[in-house]
Formats: sequence, C-alpha cells, structure tokens
Amino acid sequence: MKKVQLFILSGMLIFLGSGIFIFKYHFLNFPLTPNKTSNLWDIEIRLSVDADNKSLKASLFLPGESENFTIISEHFLSGKYGLITEKKNNNRKAVWSIRKIKGRQDLYYRVLVQKTANKKPGKLKPGKISTPALDEPYLSAANRLWNDIYKHSADLNTVIGNLFKHLNSPGIDENVALLLGKETASTTKKIETAVKLLALAGIPAQLVHGFDLREETLQVKMVSWLEVYYQKKWKSYNPDNSGRDIPGSYIAWWRGSEPLYKIRGGTNPHIQIAAQKNETEAIQSAIVQSKLTSPHFFKFSLLNLPIQNQIIYRVILLIPLGALLVVIFRNIIGIKTFGTFMPVLIALSFRETQLLWGIILFSLVIAIGLAIRFYLENLKLLVVPRLSAILIAVIIIIAGLNILTYNMGLPLGLSVSLFPIVILSMAIERMSILWDERGPGEALSQGLGTLFVSTAIYYVIKNQIIEHIMFFFPELLFILFGITLLLGRYSGFRLIELYRFKELVRKTKNV
Amino acid sequence: MFNYFKLLSQKGVLGINNRNANYTLKYNSRNKYPLVDNKLKTKQLAIEAGIPVPELYAVIEIERQIQDIDDIIKHQDAFVVKPACGSGGNGIVVIADRARDMYRKASGNVMTSDELKYHISNILSGLYSLGGQSDKAIIEYRVQPDLIFEPISYMGVPDIRIIVFFGIPVMSMVRLPTQMSDGKANLHQGAIGAGVNIATGITLSAVWKDTIITRHPNTGHPITNIKIPFWKKLLDIASRCYEMTGLAYQGVDIVLDKNQGPMLLEINARPGLNIQIANQSGLLKRLKWIEQHYHELNSIDDKIQFAVRHFK
Repeated sequence: MKKVQLFILSGMLIFLGSGIFIFKYHFLNFPLTPNKTSNLWDIEIRLSVDADNKSLKASLFLPGESENFTIISEHFLSGKYGLITEKKNNNRKAVWSIRKIKGRQDLYYRVLVQKTANKKPGKLKPGKISTPALDEPYLSAANRLWNDIYKHSADLNTVIGNLFKHLNSPGIDENVALLLGKETASTTKKIETAVKLLALAGIPAQLVHGFDLREETLQVKMVSWLEVYYQKKWKSYNPDNSGRDIPGSYIAWWRGSEPLYKIRGGTNPHIQIAAQKNETEAIQSAIVQSKLTSPHFFKFSLLNLPIQNQIIYRVILLIPLGALLVVIFRNIIGIKTFGTFMPVLIALSFRETQLLWGIILFSLVIAIGLAIRFYLENLKLLVVPRLSAILIAVIIIIAGLNILTYNMGLPLGLSVSLFPIVILSMAIERMSILWDERGPGEALSQGLGTLFVSTAIYYVIKNQIIEHIMFFFPELLFILFGITLLLGRYSGFRLIELYRFKELVRKTKNV
Repeated sequence: MFNYFKLLSQKGVLGINNRNANYTLKYNSRNKYPLVDNKLKTKQLAIEAGIPVPELYAVIEIERQIQDIDDIIKHQDAFVVKPACGSGGNGIVVIADRARDMYRKASGNVMTSDELKYHISNILSGLYSLGGQSDKAIIEYRVQPDLIFEPISYMGVPDIRIIVFFGIPVMSMVRLPTQMSDGKANLHQGAIGAGVNIATGITLSAVWKDTIITRHPNTGHPITNIKIPFWKKLLDIASRCYEMTGLAYQGVDIVLDKNQGPMLLEINARPGLNIQIANQSGLLKRLKWIEQHYHELNSIDDKIQFAVRHFK
C-alpha cells in the first residue's frame, strides 16, 4: 500500500534523475569533472582576389555534414558584398557578389567546430546515380577492371580495398592506366574514377573534400576521400590507405568534383586556410552545444539564469547533499547534533573559512558565548531578550575575532561574515540548557557531534567535482529526493543502538 | 557488527527508527498529540474519564500573574511547578516545604521567591516547551510517595511507566530517583529504571546509567523482587488511557501516593526505549503479538487479562 507507493515514487524520481543525467552526459557531452578540456577548432578561410573595377562574384563551399565534427558557430566578414548561402547537392555554399569594385579584396569565413566524442554517421540521402558517360575504350576497360575486382572480393569493404589497390598502382594494370590517363594521377582523379566504377555497378558513392585538423597550421592540408552509401548509411574510405576508414581528424567540407572556390571577375585569386586548436573547458562547449541542439532543454535549465543567480545556486545545490548526509548521520548512525540542519550550515561556512579556522572559530564563539550565557543566567532575564542579547554578543565576538585575526595577519578575511550567526546563538542557548539539565557531558557530546557531522559534510561539499556535478546536473536532486524518501522509511537499528542496547545482547534471557 | 545487529533483532529490540516508522507514526494520529503534549489537557481528560490525577492548584498563564504567586499558593506548603508542554521532565520544580519566606525544594536546596518567579517566567516564555512556543505553568499537588519506595529512592517521587499498545499493557518499569538525578525520575538524568513483571507487579532487574544493578546506589537496599501495591489498579489506569487519548502506542506515567493511591501523572506519545534495558527484554515480539490480536479484545478486563497471560 503506502510502502509500495513510496517505492514507486522513489523509483520514478531516481529513474527521472538518472535519465536526465545520462542524457546530458551522453548526448549533450556534459563533462563529469570541472577541468576537462574539449577539442574546439577555429578554422579561418581567407579568399583574396584582385578586382579590376568590374563586377565580382566569389563562391566558396562551406563545411557540410561531417562524421567527426560539429559546427558550433560561423561568421562571415564580407564588407560591402551581398552574401547568400545556399544548399545544393548535399553541399553548402556561400556566394559573395558586388556590382563594381577595385583593388585587392579579402573575404573571410570563420567557423568554430568541435570534435565529437563518437562518430556520427551522415544522414543525407544520396542523389540519383547518373550512369557515367564513358566512351570506348574506357567503358570496356572499366567493365574489365570491375569484373576483375569483383571476382577477387567478398563484400563491399574488400571491393573498395581491391579497387584502391588497383588504382594506386596504375603501372601493373593496363585498364587502370587507361582509365586514369596519366602515369601519376591525383588522389582526386583516383576517387573520381572509383565513383564512376561504383556507379556502373549501381552503388551510390561520392568524392568528399575536407581538411585534416591534426596540427595547428596556417595552411591546412586538404584531403579527399570516398564515401559509399551502403545499407542506408554513408561509409568513408581513405584512398591512401587501401580503403580503410578515415582518421578522426578529417573534417568533411564539400562533396563532388567542383573546386573549393570559384571567382568570376577578378584576377590573382588566392586562398588561405588556417586552423587553430581552441582548448576551452569542456563544460563551456557543452553548454554552447546544448544551446544549439536542444534549445528548449536549455531554456529551462539553471544555466540560462543570470550569472549572479548561478553563483548562488552553486552553493544552494550543495545543501540537499548536506541534508541527505544529516539524515544518514542522525537516522542511520545516530549521532546527536544541535538542530537538524545546523551541521549543514556550519559546513557551508567552513567552506569559506577553511576547516581548521572554521573549527577554531566555531569552538571559540560557542565557548565565549556560553560563558556570557552563564553570566546572563544570574541576571534572570526573560527568554526572548536573553536570546537577543546572546545574538548581539555572538556578533560582537565574531567581529572582535575578525579584527584580531586581521591584525595578526591571519588569512580569515571577510569569509567569517557568512558564519550562521542566528544559528550559533540558538546553539549556545540550547547547549547551556542541556548543560544545566543533563550535565556538561551531554552538552559537550552534542557539540562534538555537531562538529563531527559538519566536518564530514564539509569534506563532501568542498570537493570541486561534487560541486561541479551538483551544479551542472541539478536533476540529481530528484535522485537525492528519492533516496531521502526511502531513508524516511528505514526502520532498522541505528548504529549507536548497538552500544545503547549492549546490556540486552550480553545477557541472554527469555521474554 | 552485523552479528550484533542480528542479536539485537533476535532479542526483539525495538530501535528508534522502527518505533517511529512502524508504531508512533503509523498508529498515533498527529491531531491527538496535543492531548498528551499539554499536561493541562491530559489532566482534564483524565478527570472526565474518572482517572485520579494530582490535584491542580493553579495555572499561571500570563506574566502578570507571576507577581501574585506567593498569594496564589499561600495555602500550600508543598507543591510542584511544571510547564504544561514540557518534555523529558525538564522545567519541573518540586517544593517540599517553606522556610520562612523561602521555598525549600525536594532536593533540600532553598529557592527565593524571586527565583521561583524567574523560573515560572522562563516556563511561560517557552524555554521548556517542545517547539519553544509560549507555555503555561501548572501548579499542582505534590505527590507523597508510597512507603514501599522509601528504601529504594533518594528523595523525589518514583513513578511507574507502562507502555500501552491498543490499551494492552506491554511492558513496564518503575523509575527510582537517585542523588545523581536530583530527585527526578528521568533515566537520562540518572534515575534507576527497574523492570516490572506485567503479570505480577514484581520488580525484575534494574538499570542505572547503562549498567545492570541490584541495589540502590544511594540507599543500598535491594531493588529487585519488590511487589508494587495496587498493581491491578495501575494496569487498569494504563489501559483506560487508550480510550481517553486515542493514541494506540503510548507510555503512561503513574505515581503512587501514600494517601490517595495511584494517580495518572502524564502520558507520552513517544515513550523512550530504555524500558527494554530495564526489563532485559525487547518490545518487538510483544508488539507484534498484540498487532495480531488486539481486535479480539474489547473490554479493559480482556486487555489486562491478555497482558497478564502473555507478558510474564
């Protein structure tokens, strides 16, 4: 009944929390540790041309779909030019144009890409295969070559492997020599030939141009490879490597036989492609990426709040963790503390003061406060004024200690001000009542219990990784919520009860 | 360590989490707590139900009345001042006698009129109440302990705690004040807890500060094997408290007055677990047994008979 309800509710909460957590970790690439860097590349293309007082039109292919990289942002620097971008045949293209211009022209395109953790296969559909227009003797040479390769292969991978083996050694096979034309054909020519041969066999394939983002260079190496559409997926083959997969550093730019850029109306065209590795914190790039890929998800997250609020939440989100620890310490272990959440607040203030200073300060304030409280007892004050008097005394003590330590050059700083003053006053009051009624032993043991639990919580929440995880994965609160609910029905013994009921265990006696 | 846990479970020891989750939270509805948390209400209920209680002399509700305290209690030499919503015996002052214009406490110390007024003022402002909210001070008859307890208590008034579950007395102990407890009958303040056989009313083993003892540390008299008088009457009062408060799981505190016999002192909705140590026995088996059978028992007599038969 109620128990089942509780298990279902907690289970759902934990499931929900873990679900969002895994989604963010796995699909939005949120890192689990604070200082992890990610691979961002800043690529800049500069297209220069001399204009001679006539109309000028320049077109440039833009990066398209790539297995290894995701585009994060792109900019154009085009001055007075009209700029349009168009999508055609699985390619993106920018076209700059101007009616009349003179002198050396520089057009810039800048793109920020991120290397993806896992390969993502392309989603584009292949265009219609047009049967290549081959005349004799090329057609029969192609057929002969294809039959030869086909006979010696088992599947697509071996077909491509054999194909490149032949194409890479034109001296051996006369068919290949005929198809490639020259003794030393370019890689592009070889791939184009491969595309034609595959088209004859009815397999969609395309020539891909891209860059190798391996080192930071001013002139990036241009590379090209073959993509084959097979079983509804594009697969890449590296021609230089007998058709193995392309390296992870290859970014695909455009497909087909056209050149990277075309210029009409200018002279002395020149292109320069530079790439620079940009190591930012992985979390920043994950945020940027999630903004682009899941805008609605991002809109309803803490990361969309103003930065001041975010700083506050960094601390606030640690409190539930502290509260869970208090539950464990009090209900499972059985340590007595002043107040329920006082240890959490003290632990938070330890974060500011550092542990040693925190403990010294805590003990000093409590000790001096208690002395004052014992003196006030003689004056027979009413309770509320007495509490207020203690509160004021606590503030005076803290201010005094702060001035003292500052003049002594101790690194306490302003951090003290966050010490939970009201809570300390209540603790002093409760401790003095405990002292009167149950003796100093009980009062001190609860004081030490509070310090112990606060220290334990401090060690957990001061951890950078834990702070990072709690802030960037606030959905973990659902998990904490579920666990707390479950602990709320824990009816087993507390650890301390082993000691408390030891007399019962020692003597065995029947009921 | 797990072995230890196992032994505790085998003994049927009720832990605090288990008590809260499966007994007090499960069977005691929250709206009935004020009936027992406020001793004035308990007293009224008991009077309506015909259960004897210590006579109420006065209730101090506002600060202004404190000034007249000497006048209010001028006819009483001995009385008890306690917070209406106090817990754990805190804030209780027992005045045994007067010495000229001063009050002598049961412990022998004297208290000036001003000190008494300050104490009452503290009670009113909620120093001893559970949530710290403002409270009332009760001034009532000071119980004269039955002579049977004289050799085994050090000043103060011993009381008998009976755990009652659905009106069935489950386990019981007598709490004997010591010098350490300053005449108070609270175990955590240093009083002795001696288990009492539910069936016979004869004391069993005794525990003092977590250790098993057989003689009173201050008086030296043996504590075990003492028959508590009016035992059936005590069980009767305890059992009737269930109908009175509607709390299924409660601890009933009864005192034995020299002249007036058993009187209900207070009821606790979250009775402590030390009674198990005093009895050298766990509560759990008895509670489970009652959970199976309580609906078969209707009259007070049936319930007491059930307890006498099963909880020897």
